[in-house]
Amino acid sequence: MDLILQGLGEAASRLVSLDPDVREATSAALAVSGIATALSVATGVPAGAWLGLSRFRGRKLLLSLVNTGMGLPPVVVGLFVAVLVWRSGPFGGLDWYCTRQAMVAAQYLLAAPTVVGLTAIAIQAIDPMLHLQLSALGATRIQMLGILVREARLPILTAAMAGFGAVISEIGASLMVGCNIKGDTRILTTAIALDTSKGEFGSAFALAFILLLLVFAVNAVTTWAQQRRRPL
Amino acid sequence: MIRAFVLLLICALVACDPPAQRSVDRPEVLLATTTSFQDSGLLDVLSADFQKRTPYRLRATAVGTGAALAIGARGDADVVFVHAPNEELAYMQQGNGDRRLLVMHNDFVLVGPPADPAHVRGKNVFDALRAIAASQATFISRGDKSGTDIFEKNLWKQTGIAPAGSWYVEAATGMGQTLTITSEKRAYTLSDRGTFLVRQGQIEVQILVQRDPPLINVYHVITVNPRKFPKVNAAGANAFADYLVSAETQRLIASFGVEKYGEPLFFPDAGKSDADVR
Amino acid sequence: MAAIIEATDLIVSRGGREVVHVPRIDIEEGETLALLGPNGAGKSTLVFALASLLPASGELRFRGEVVRDHVAYRRRIAVAFQRPLLLDRSVLDNVALGLELRGVPRLERERRAQEALTRIGVGNLGRRPAWALSGGEAQRVSIARSLAVRPEVLFLDEPFGGLDAPTRESAIADLGNAVRVDGLTTVLVTHDRDEALSLADRVAVLIDGRVRQADRAEIVFAMPADPDVAAFVGVENILPARVASSDDELTHLELGQRVLEVTATAPPGEEFPLVGIPPDDVIIARVAPATSARNTFEGRIVRVEPIGRRVRVVLDCGFPLVAHVTHRSARELGLHAGDDIVASFKATVPHLLPRHRRN
Repeated sequence: MDLILQGLGEAASRLVSLDPDVREATSAALAVSGIATALSVATGVPAGAWLGLSRFRGRKLLLSLVNTGMGLPPVVVGLFVAVLVWRSGPFGGLDWYCTRQAMVAAQYLLAAPTVVGLTAIAIQAIDPMLHLQLSALGATRIQMLGILVREARLPILTAAMAGFGAVISEIGASLMVGCNIKGDTRILTTAIALDTSKGEFGSAFALAFILLLLVFAVNAVTTWAQQRRRPL
Repeated sequence: MIRAFVLLLICALVACDPPAQRSVDRPEVLLATTTSFQDSGLLDVLSADFQKRTPYRLRATAVGTGAALAIGARGDADVVFVHAPNEELAYMQQGNGDRRLLVMHNDFVLVGPPADPAHVRGKNVFDALRAIAASQATFISRGDKSGTDIFEKNLWKQTGIAPAGSWYVEAATGMGQTLTITSEKRAYTLSDRGTFLVRQGQIEVQILVQRDPPLINVYHVITVNPRKFPKVNAAGANAFADYLVSAETQRLIASFGVEKYGEPLFFPDAGKSDADVR
Repeated sequence: MAAIIEATDLIVSRGGREVVHVPRIDIEEGETLALLGPNGAGKSTLVFALASLLPASGELRFRGEVVRDHVAYRRRIAVAFQRPLLLDRSVLDNVALGLELRGVPRLERERRAQEALTRIGVGNLGRRPAWALSGGEAQRVSIARSLAVRPEVLFLDEPFGGLDAPTRESAIADLGNAVRVDGLTTVLVTHDRDEALSLADRVAVLIDGRVRQADRAEIVFAMPADPDVAAFVGVENILPARVASSDDELTHLELGQRVLEVTATAPPGEEFPLVGIPPDDVIIARVAPATSARNTFEGRIVRVEPIGRRVRVVLDCGFPLVAHVTHRSARELGLHAGDDIVASFKATVPHLLPRHRRN
C-alpha cells in the first residue's frame, strides 16, 4: 500500500514538472502511433471504400482476411516485421531494426486492417439509394467514392480512432522491432514495462496515467461520433 | 479532415528523423545486449554518453544473452555486450566475433526469505544450492536463456544436481520481475547484485550468499566479424568497444549507482584478463 | 411539340423476370407526364431506366441522339426520389451538390441553390444542417436540389409519398408552380390519381410493367382503355353489358333487365363490352328528377360509407351501381341503407371498354 501511495505521489510530481523521460516517451508514442494511424487512414480508407462498394469474386474472402487482420496478435506482427528488417532479412538494406520506422511499419500493419474493415462496413451501411441519387445528380464513379467517404466521415473517424487506440496501447510489436531505446523508440507502453521491471513505479504510474488519458480521449471522440444524428 | 491527416503525417515524419546530422558515413551502431544491462539503467546512461562523445549513435536491443549472441551470429547487430563466457568462446570459435574485450563485472547473489527455511545463510554457493534442492525449498529460475539463466544453470551443473520438480520454477521473465515473484513466493533465486540493489526496498528477500568467487559475472563486448558479415558497421562497432574500455567510461561505470544505492553496481575491468577477475 | 426523350423496346429484367417492358414511350418537350400505376407496377424502375440509372435493354434517345455517355446524359436531367436522400451537410450544400459535381464555382452554385430553395418555398432553410429538417422540409430540399441544376427533364419518383396530406398538398402546389413557370419537362411517378390530375398534362398508366394507356389526363380518367386501367383510375362501376342496338347518336345497352342509353360506341365487333360509369357522375335523388339525363333508374341503397372527403353510396338498381356524393348532400338527403332512391346519369357519362384486353 505504501508502495502505491508513494508511486502515485511521485507520478503526480513527474506529471506536474513535465519530467523529460515522461515527455519523451509521450511524444515518441504520439509520433509513432500518429504516423502509423495516418498512414493506415491514407491507404485504408480508399481500400475500405473500394471493398465496401465493389462486387467481385473473392470479395468475401478478402473481407474475412481483413477481419482476421483486425485481430492480429501484436507479437506475431512484431516477429514478422523484425525478421523482415533484420540485416539478414529481405528489407535489411533499410537498416530499420530498432528504429521508429520499424515501429511505424509494425503499428501500420496492426492498425490498417481495422481501418480498412471498419471503413468497408461504414460505406456499406450507407443507403444504396443514395448511390443512385448521386448517379442521378451526375456523379462520376470517383466523385461518388469521394462523397460517400465524406458522408461516412464519422464512422471513418471512429475507425481511425479504433486503429490509434489499438496501436497506442500496443507493446509486443513495438518492443520487438523498436528495441525500447531511451529518447527514441521508448514509447509509453515499453517505458511502463521497463519501469515496472526496474521497480520505478512512480514513473510507471505517471506514464500509465498519460496512456489512460489518451485512451479516454480516443473513446470520447468515438462516442461523440456515434451519437451524431443523421439526415432523413 | 484529410488536411488534418496530411499535417499529422508531415509532423510525424519530421519527428521520425534522427535528431542530428552526423559526420560519419554510418552513424547508427546496432548493439545486441542483455536485459540485466538495460534494467540496471546503465545502458541508458552509457548510450547517451556514447552519443555525446562520439559521432555515433547507439541502437540497442535488450534481449537475453543467448538471443543477443544469436542476433550477432546472423550479422543482425554490429556489436554484442553479454555475460556468458562459455557461450562467448563458442561464438568466437565459430568465427562470428572479431574483437572480444573484458569491460566490467558484477557479481551474483543468492537471495531468499529472511526466515531461510533451507538454512543457506553463510554457506558457499554450491552447498547453498545443494541445501535448497535437499529441502525442496522453492527456487525461482529465470528460465529465459539469459546470461543470468545460463550462469545459474552452470552453477547447478557444478553441484552435480539436475534441478527438477515442483520446487524448481522457471519464471521465463526479466530479473526484476523474477525478484518480485521470488519475494511473493518466499522463494530463493539467483540475482545479479545490481538488479537486487535497485529492487531492494520493494521486496522482502535478503542476500543470503555473496562474495563467493564462482558468483563473479563478467561482461565482454564483442564486435561482430565484418569479414563474415560485410554489412556490419565495423567502424561503429569498434568505436563502441573502444568507448567501453576507455578510461572515462570505466570511471563512469565505477561510479554508476553509488549515489543512489551507496555502493557500485558494476566494477570496471578494462585491460584485465578473466583470470584476474576471478 | 417534339419528343425530348424517346425510348424503344425498353426492357428491365430482374431475376429472369421482365419487370418493365415498354415497346415505346415518348416524353414531349415541356409536358408533365404522370406515370400512374399501382404499387409494384414498375413505375420507379421505368423512371430509373429512362434516367439511365440501371441497366436496361432497348434504345434510349435524348433530343434525337442515342444516349451513350450516361454521366453526360444524367447531367442534363434530374431525379428526385421517394425519400429525400440528403447528405450530412448544410441544406445549401445539399442543394448545391449537383452543381458541385458539375464543377460550378462555389459562389455561383450557392446563389443558384438559394434561388432553387426560394422557389420551392423553403428559402429560409439554407444554413440549417440537413439532419435538423422535418420530413416535408427535407423532401422540398430534395426537389430544390433537382431544380438547382436546371435540368432539361425532371424525374420525380413519388416525391410526396411519405408526407401527410396538408404538407403534401402545399408541396405539390409549390412544385406545380415551379414546373409551370419554366415549362420544365417533368415525369412524375405517382400512385395517387389526384396528384396526377393536378400536375399532369398526360398520364401513362403502368400495370405489371407495361404501359396500358398513355393519353391526356382527362381522357385516361374518362375513358380508361381496359378494365385494369379503369379499376385503377377509379371507375368503380365496370359492368358487363350487351349491345342491343345502336344508331348514329346513341347506343342501347342491356344491363340485366335494364337498358342504358350511351353516346359512346362499342369497340368494333364487340357485342359484349364492359360499360364504365365514374361514380362522381352518378346523381342520387329521392324522387325522379325532370332532367336531361337519359338514364334514370329506381333503386335501393345497399350501403353508405364515408371515404375521405366523399361518401360512397352502393346502390342496387337491378345492377350494382356506386355513386360518390359529398358529405353535405348525404346529410341533406338523409341517405341510409334500405332507402328507396332514384339514380341518374347522362348518356355522355358511360364509356365502353373491350371485355378482353388486346395486346
